[in-house]
Amino acid sequence: MSKEEKKVNRRDFLFTASYTVGAVGVGAVIWPMIDQMNPDKAQQALATTEVDISSIEPGKSITVLWRGKPIFIKKRTSEEIAEARAVKLDDLPDPQKDEDRVKEGKDEWLVMLGVCTHLGCVPLKNKGDFNGWFCPCHGSHYDVSGRIRKGPAPTNMEIPKFEFVDSNTIKIG
Amino acid sequence: MSEHEYVPKSKAAKWFNDRLPLLTLGAHLTDYPTPKNLNYWWTFGGILTFCLITQIVTGIVLAMHYVAHADLAFASVEHIMRDVNYGWLIRYIHSNGASMFFLAVYIHIFRSLFYGSYKSPREVIWIIGLMIYLLMMAAAFMGYVLPWGQMSFWGATVITNLFSAIPLVGDSITTWLWGAYSVDNPTLNRFFSLHYLIPFLILGLVVLHIWALHVPGNNNPVGIDIKKPSKDTVPFHPYITIKDAFALLVFMIIFAGFVFFTPNVLGHSDNYIPANPLVTPAHIVPEWYLLPFYAILRSVPDKLGGVILMFSAIFILFVLPWLDTSKVRSAVFRPIYRQFFWILVIDVLMLGYVGAMPAEGIYLVLARVGTIYYFLHFIVVMPVVGYLEKTDPIPMSISEPVLTGGAEPSLARKVNDKV
Repeated sequence: MSKEEKKVNRRDFLFTASYTVGAVGVGAVIWPMIDQMNPDKAQQALATTEVDISSIEPGKSITVLWRGKPIFIKKRTSEEIAEARAVKLDDLPDPQKDEDRVKEGKDEWLVMLGVCTHLGCVPLKNKGDFNGWFCPCHGSHYDVSGRIRKGPAPTNMEIPKFEFVDSNTIKIG
Repeated sequence: MSEHEYVPKSKAAKWFNDRLPLLTLGAHLTDYPTPKNLNYWWTFGGILTFCLITQIVTGIVLAMHYVAHADLAFASVEHIMRDVNYGWLIRYIHSNGASMFFLAVYIHIFRSLFYGSYKSPREVIWIIGLMIYLLMMAAAFMGYVLPWGQMSFWGATVITNLFSAIPLVGDSITTWLWGAYSVDNPTLNRFFSLHYLIPFLILGLVVLHIWALHVPGNNNPVGIDIKKPSKDTVPFHPYITIKDAFALLVFMIIFAGFVFFTPNVLGHSDNYIPANPLVTPAHIVPEWYLLPFYAILRSVPDKLGGVILMFSAIFILFVLPWLDTSKVRSAVFRPIYRQFFWILVIDVLMLGYVGAMPAEGIYLVLARVGTIYYFLHFIVVMPVVGYLEKTDPIPMSISEPVLTGGAEPSLARKVNDKV
């Protein structure tokens, strides 16, 4: 009898097979229930937007909505660009060169997601200790390149995927 | 009074009770032996049940008029306030009801902390209670989003962004929660669905909470084990029901005071501005009942660290029964712990206050001191004090101090010793 107990028998096989099929079945049902909460096709369809930037004066910026989030488009003056590039990388919590945040040859155009990387508020322009943006929610300071300098935000404001369609139009997304 | 076998009087009742013993359950609930020294801090269980039912009833009615759509939600709430018959009353009861619910639950929790109701053998009651508290916070947060005002929108943005602090999968989780690339119509829709679901989950947990309570029976102000039924107990009905009813009446007067005289004092005026994804209000503050945790979140200059600490502040309560090393339950007999208890109360109130203030200067310092004490209280004070403290003598029974006429149970014990 004891010898037989150790052997894998028909019943053990049936148990294992049933549990396995059951687990696969439960998983197959649960996944659609979870995935339905991800952005639907209508949301994904809003993925790109084109913006006319011809009317922006140097030193000024506009805010446009992309995927429900604000995008800051700022035409920087040469002083502002010089200021952003004079910053030592060691002074940055999230080191990134200003050159890497703009398109080459279009250094005056800063296009970035106007969303604080801390908890998602919209920072205020021309505020804060670094002549850039300041988030009123929890006090994060960004510089003129949108890089985090002080406060709880962990990273620089994000640069979305964008391209210049022509010299007066950019396409975001 | 005693837990004798219940026999229905009529034949029909007996027939039914043999098939579904509902009458036995009813008899158990009426006769349930309760410590006779329960004070008014023990009436908040009943008050909380009232709060839950009020929220469910008013909520069902509001859902008949509310529209869960980003373009229509704000207007539909104003429609409830202006056009629906008694809509203003029902909405003000519901919105102030949430605050009253939290007021009652905080008193209930601190009652438990003072009298050691979370200790053996009542750990499971405590843990179920904390699960209810967590669900209450989720329900309140989602409910606050539904009017789709500025505070709704930006509160939802800040809270859902807490999950983006999770390494690697954080952003995917936030997008999944939103159902969009920001807080948007899909977010509002699902929050409405979940806001309607959660109260019923709470109701289920309340049943388990009471069930778990009825196994060991109530703790009491002197915190000693009592024989039940005995001369230390009274039947739940009518003794406790009438006391609960009186306390509930007083509570309802305060509740009505808010509803009729200052219905918006606990809310934020910015929530009467429709949601605007381009403009963040100058000062984002959560509802008052979440402020202490908000202060803890902001006291840390690191995103992930702040989120971890904030959640820890709640989850540490789950292991409280095992952090407290004292054998004596009630703080009445714990001269040292009693003082720390009041420091904790002041600490939490202070955290709540600085949570409403801007996170800078002295407020930031106070928030940090408050946060450090909060954790020290549970991690260091509770185990160490429980181990070192010389507790006062505890009475043999509830009747003893009462019947010998001493006001202080410990004095009564000394009187008895002489005899």
